[in-house]
Amino acid sequence: MLNIGKIEEGFVLDHIQAGKSMQIYRHLGLDKLDSTVAIIKNAKSQAMGKKDILKIECDIDSLDLDVLSFIDHNITVNVIKDGEIIEKRSLVLPKEITGVIRCHNPRCISSIEQELPQIFYLADEEKEIYRCKYCDEKYSESTIDKL
Amino acid sequence: MNKLRHMMNPLDFSVEELEELFDLAGEIEKDMDSYAHKCDGKILATCFYEPSTRTRLSFETAMLRLGGKTLGFADASNSSAAKGESVADTIRVISCFADICAMRHPKEGAPMVAATKSSIPVINAGDGGHQHPTQTLTDLLTIRSLYGKLGDFTIGLCGDLKFGRTVHSLINALSRYEGIRFIFISPKELRVPDYITEMLTQKNIPYEEVIKLEDVMPQLDFLYMTRVQKERFFNEEDYIRLKDFYILNKEKMAKAKVNMYILHPLPRVNEISVEIDDDPRAAYFKQVQYGLYVRMALILTLLNIK
Repeated sequence: MLNIGKIEEGFVLDHIQAGKSMQIYRHLGLDKLDSTVAIIKNAKSQAMGKKDILKIECDIDSLDLDVLSFIDHNITVNVIKDGEIIEKRSLVLPKEITGVIRCHNPRCISSIEQELPQIFYLADEEKEIYRCKYCDEKYSESTIDKL
Repeated sequence: MNKLRHMMNPLDFSVEELEELFDLAGEIEKDMDSYAHKCDGKILATCFYEPSTRTRLSFETAMLRLGGKTLGFADASNSSAAKGESVADTIRVISCFADICAMRHPKEGAPMVAATKSSIPVINAGDGGHQHPTQTLTDLLTIRSLYGKLGDFTIGLCGDLKFGRTVHSLINALSRYEGIRFIFISPKELRVPDYITEMLTQKNIPYEEVIKLEDVMPQLDFLYMTRVQKERFFNEEDYIRLKDFYILNKEKMAKAKVNMYILHPLPRVNEISVEIDDDPRAAYFKQVQYGLYVRMALILTLLNIK
């Protein structure tokens, strides 16, 4: 069994679907953080069989985790302060997502305009539907790839 | 200083703001001469990245009738876009020349990108299959002027309801008013998209979907015709079987109310027989006139000229 030490302040992202931790690492911009990050892949899980876990040592106000719920809303976010879990944060779907997914509508201006950010807005919270800010095309895993 | 406003989508304006816009258009209709110098010294840029004669001429006429001047291009090959310039850069340049811009672009969302970088008001004059807000404003003003109000009527929308952006935009815009019942008349291949019917269900707005126009003619206060194109059908048999359902002629008009109005975004091909043109219920050319009034009112509103 692999042992990774406790963190003093930061986040433990648990119950990440196995294999998705690197995607989350990129979307949260963790490669730009000058702090300790542990990526645990394929950890044993009673509920999930296998899961990924991310441990991030950072100021708890410095990270915007909204995008997590878009990627996988089953992730458990444990907020750590002074080495203890002080909060289990519930994830809220972000109203807007920038630079996470790409619109694949060939008629969308984002397909040709230079350096235009890819922005999607939450069109239906209940059904978790996102639409492209420019052309209103519905986000669909099959037609739009994650960036 | 007044906040810079654009017109990207008819829903950008509240119902109250649209009422003010339509009231102004009504004033212009009554006394156009008194508006002849409202835009003296102002310039409208018409940036049309794809050809559209009627819309461009309507915008240019609107500005000329207000006393302003126009400049622009009528297709992308005559613009710097042919050299690869971005929409963002083009609008920054246009902002240095003109006071307001009407933009048509084949790419959906292009006018919105322009609006985010512009220091002058931008009007979406049509972006691909996405939005054509001034057509919707035209349709709303026409209905309001002919019927006296926007509400308490049954409107039939007929033809290609799947791909027609004017139809989707009009349904969305009308869904904000009370007492409207929709009848969608189309072959099953060209039915209105699910997200529209879901929206109507959510808002408890009554609608029905039928195939034959004759069956519902007597119920309609407005009939909004669109073109059914042969290439939209999956097989020729279906096209041949159904095509006559959607050609409006005297025989079908005999079943309509005496005060029903026919609307059409134009251009028409053969879906409305020319024998109908002299029927007092044919309002599609009046609609073009209302399009001019509403564009004049929109230019004045966005330039904040009283």
